[in-house]
Amino acid sequence: MSIDKDTVKYTAHLARIELQPKELETLSGQLKDILGFIDKLKKIDVKSTSPTSHILPVNNVLRRDAPAESLPLKKTLENAPQKKESFFAVPKIIE
Amino acid sequence: MEELNRLTAHELIESLSRKEITSEEVISRLNQRIKDTDARVKAYVRFDSSNNPAEQQSGAAALPLKGLPISLKDNICTDSLNTECCSMILGGFRPPYDATVVKKLKAAGALILGAKTNMDEFAFGSSTENSCFGPTHNPWDLECVPGGSSGGSAAAVAGDEAIWALGSDTGGSIRQPAAFCGVVGLKPTYGRVSRYGLIAFASSLDQIGPITKDTRDSALLLNVIAGFDPRDSTSVNEKVPDYTQALLNDIKGIKIGIPKEYFIEGTDSEVKTIIKEALEKLKSLGADCQEVSLPHTEYAVPVYYIIATAEASSNLARFDGVQYAYRSSSRASLIDMYKETRGEGFGEEAKRRIILGTFVLSHGYYDAYYLRAQKVRTLIKQDFERAFNQLDCIVTPTTPTAAFKIGEKIKDPLKMYLSDIFTISVNLAGIPAISIPCGFTKKGLPVGLQILARPFAEEMLFRVAHTYEQNTGWHKMNPRLK
Amino acid sequence: MKAKKDYEAVIGLEVHVHLKTKTKAFCGCSTEFGQEPNSQACPVCLGFPGSLPVLNETALDYAIKVGLALNCQVQEYTKFDRKNYFYPDLPKNYQISQYDLPIAKEGFLDIEAGGKNKRIAIRRVHLEEDAGKLIHKEEISLVDFNRAGIPLLEIVSDPEINSPEEAYEYLTVLKSIIEYLGVSDCDMEKGSLRCDANISLKQKGAKELGVKAELKNMNSFKAVKDALAFEIGRQGGLLDDGKAIIQETRLWDAKLQETVSMRSKEEAQDYRYFPEPDLVPFIISREKKEEIRKSIPELPAQKLLRFTKEFGLSEYDAKILVSSKQDAEYVERLMRAYPREDKKPLVNWLIGPVTALASASNLIISELKIPGGIDELIDLIINTEDGKISNLTAKSVFAESVSTANLASNIIREKNLFQISDASALESEVDAVIKENPQSVQAYQAGKSNAIMFLVGQVMKKTGGKANPKVVQEILKRRLQ
Repeated sequence: MSIDKDTVKYTAHLARIELQPKELETLSGQLKDILGFIDKLKKIDVKSTSPTSHILPVNNVLRRDAPAESLPLKKTLENAPQKKESFFAVPKIIE
Repeated sequence: MEELNRLTAHELIESLSRKEITSEEVISRLNQRIKDTDARVKAYVRFDSSNNPAEQQSGAAALPLKGLPISLKDNICTDSLNTECCSMILGGFRPPYDATVVKKLKAAGALILGAKTNMDEFAFGSSTENSCFGPTHNPWDLECVPGGSSGGSAAAVAGDEAIWALGSDTGGSIRQPAAFCGVVGLKPTYGRVSRYGLIAFASSLDQIGPITKDTRDSALLLNVIAGFDPRDSTSVNEKVPDYTQALLNDIKGIKIGIPKEYFIEGTDSEVKTIIKEALEKLKSLGADCQEVSLPHTEYAVPVYYIIATAEASSNLARFDGVQYAYRSSSRASLIDMYKETRGEGFGEEAKRRIILGTFVLSHGYYDAYYLRAQKVRTLIKQDFERAFNQLDCIVTPTTPTAAFKIGEKIKDPLKMYLSDIFTISVNLAGIPAISIPCGFTKKGLPVGLQILARPFAEEMLFRVAHTYEQNTGWHKMNPRLK
Repeated sequence: MKAKKDYEAVIGLEVHVHLKTKTKAFCGCSTEFGQEPNSQACPVCLGFPGSLPVLNETALDYAIKVGLALNCQVQEYTKFDRKNYFYPDLPKNYQISQYDLPIAKEGFLDIEAGGKNKRIAIRRVHLEEDAGKLIHKEEISLVDFNRAGIPLLEIVSDPEINSPEEAYEYLTVLKSIIEYLGVSDCDMEKGSLRCDANISLKQKGAKELGVKAELKNMNSFKAVKDALAFEIGRQGGLLDDGKAIIQETRLWDAKLQETVSMRSKEEAQDYRYFPEPDLVPFIISREKKEEIRKSIPELPAQKLLRFTKEFGLSEYDAKILVSSKQDAEYVERLMRAYPREDKKPLVNWLIGPVTALASASNLIISELKIPGGIDELIDLIINTEDGKISNLTAKSVFAESVSTANLASNIIREKNLFQISDASALESEVDAVIKENPQSVQAYQAGKSNAIMFLVGQVMKKTGGKANPKVVQEILKRRLQ
């Protein structure tokens, strides 16, 4: 499997990353190389192998439904690039 | 006085407890050292020793790390102190909380200064060149990289700009820089140390670990930071022993495996020779060394670059200019705000990995890449399980070469990725590993010996590492930085 | 709009309910409604870098409970996945949800619509976290994360619903079950229950499904019904004209009473689901399932069946009385306290005057404050049954009692409202009326049996309404034979 420039462009859009034309060029080449290298995995027979998502056999880690303190509003909003009253603010969403 | 910064933590703890020195003296000596050398090494991206050490020092006297400062990698959250992952997109970010390891350190009396060490942006890299603050230089040769991504932490400890430090290791990011800088770096078992407050790169691989001047410090620091954390579902509820009890000078009869797949072409011959000498040393100390096979080793790097980038693409989606830190100044629509913020805020390697990770998860490719990688991960894990059925530990080189030159690999990402070839399997298998200094190349660059053990067998690592250390003394070598 | 051809609607419903836990799904923040924006948030539900989720035990238990109550197979092994998409109300730009291994699947719900019983299959029940709330202003949109992270249960039906009425019924039954379980407020106004629908049309009897539209923004069950009815007309009209249906999301506009295309550059979504690495899998043991199963109360369907059997209620009456759990329990208490074998008078009272009075104050019947409680109500009904007080009087006494907080028995005593049922006490009034109304008497005797009612009325008048009309009629009949 390979990756062409259009796929890189679309993927960057999915990832919400603006790429400059030159970046797109370089990146397309590099990703092609990397995916070419990754294709090595196709050699292995994994038909009877189950996937590993969690490396340790740990299950059922739960917490009690007991309230803990929330952050003070000031701290919640301290890093916000834009805020209004006690809200975070973003450019208007057009639906 | 002059030498305080060169001492190990356990030596300082002793002097502090005997009241031969004060915490202020240690800090002021560190300050001086940083002033003298950090302009050249650039291990720190921020250093502010005025962060209320006095306030932090109050409380019970019997605290194990009382008054001892520690340096943290720039991806470990500290309440109200900048934590930026060396990324422009997190510029100015002040977390509203402390990471669990930071809480534990504070509770043990350690001093958290307003200091953060340099790293590859979001831990994406093996050279600390991918930092928005510029590269860190290897104290042994300022033209060389310190390794990465915890290059700042390793260089700070090697250059005596820190007593000890914490790093994080996703594919070798503690061990590889420890090897390049001639210090001790431990990646604990996955789940041994809480990840709460570690800004995630790849959640199923990340672990925080100590970077120290010797094995005893490593054990001492793990004592403090290890343990189950109710805030981290993936931390394991397994008893934390006193790791310093494992520091025996005795490895007689310990069964050590030497994986043949780690001594193949591509490894520098000088490194090979040094590692072989180290293995002879271990044999002479009574270890039972035998060859072992980890047949899926060659697949570790491709598996890693699928799983790690996939998880990263999702973990880093939150950096979007809405809640914190950088937002592009364009007044455009929401989607443009997202794309420009992320296009401008992330560095090259971050963009490369996010896009690769997005691709391997995307519709039509998931099975061929992500799912397949997870299956091969199972095979890699099984390789180790089989090996540890008859072995106590496995010994390998930490890296295929000693530190390379700044700029040497930065333009060729694939080449850079391959510099982690010996460290990545450990993260995929979730097992613990330590890198200790085991010699120097002719050019005077340190070489690291990596020891691997089964899950939660950190004591075995400490025992073998400590025995080797006591009988060689490589860890006492210092760079000639003035 | 009414389509010319005969189409069959194929409808699937996706219901989201907030679980009534004290804290959010993955952190200890409160779930209380209506607090200051962003005041109930912490690094976890804000998705701050470095934070990690830990699942709320009660949320999992509640999800299992709903799964069991909906006759689902509760999975032994379940896990969470990340659903990746960018939106400002989603703090991490991924939602912790469940993809291929939901907590429960393959259940069903029995409904009754159009006089027929129907079983609707439930495809899956899964647990996820809610997003925050957006408020759109002139130039900016504002984000409040208080709601972000509240445990949300998604209940997906198979596309087996064939009419807006069935959809309405499905929602009513589902809501009633969830309320019975006590796991959610199911308050659509507060957003603790939300419903999306997808609908397509096909030729009657055809196997192939049509192109479906997804309907959103319906704020009540009635809106769901109306939106579906509108959509059937719209799609039918297009199909009649040989036009294609576009697969799209349409929003219900309650003002216009029509669905409107979202018309946004809606791109094909690619959620890039993958297993959530920050949460470990969950194994639900047989014991755990049994323990939860035991905690499930009698559900509306069972209660209905029991009420019809035990109290001889008609299915129609029972259905009204069990729709709310609190009412059903109240009704059951009344039934048990009511001393007579025949419960019908009590039922008539509950469905009649009690319901009328309660709904006039926007209450359910169990919330209506009756002075003296259920004992007074029962006494009043018994007195009416025994003819000690007329039905009409009883109703007005009941209304007065509720509005003045005076006991019904007091009102009856104070106003001396008991009926005169003693024949001897009525003889003289009857005699007088016979004497005063010879024409009516004649008419009756000539065979106009209706004329006797006029005479009864005259006696009632003379006694100020207190005479028992039945007794009066008997005396009159005897006298005029």
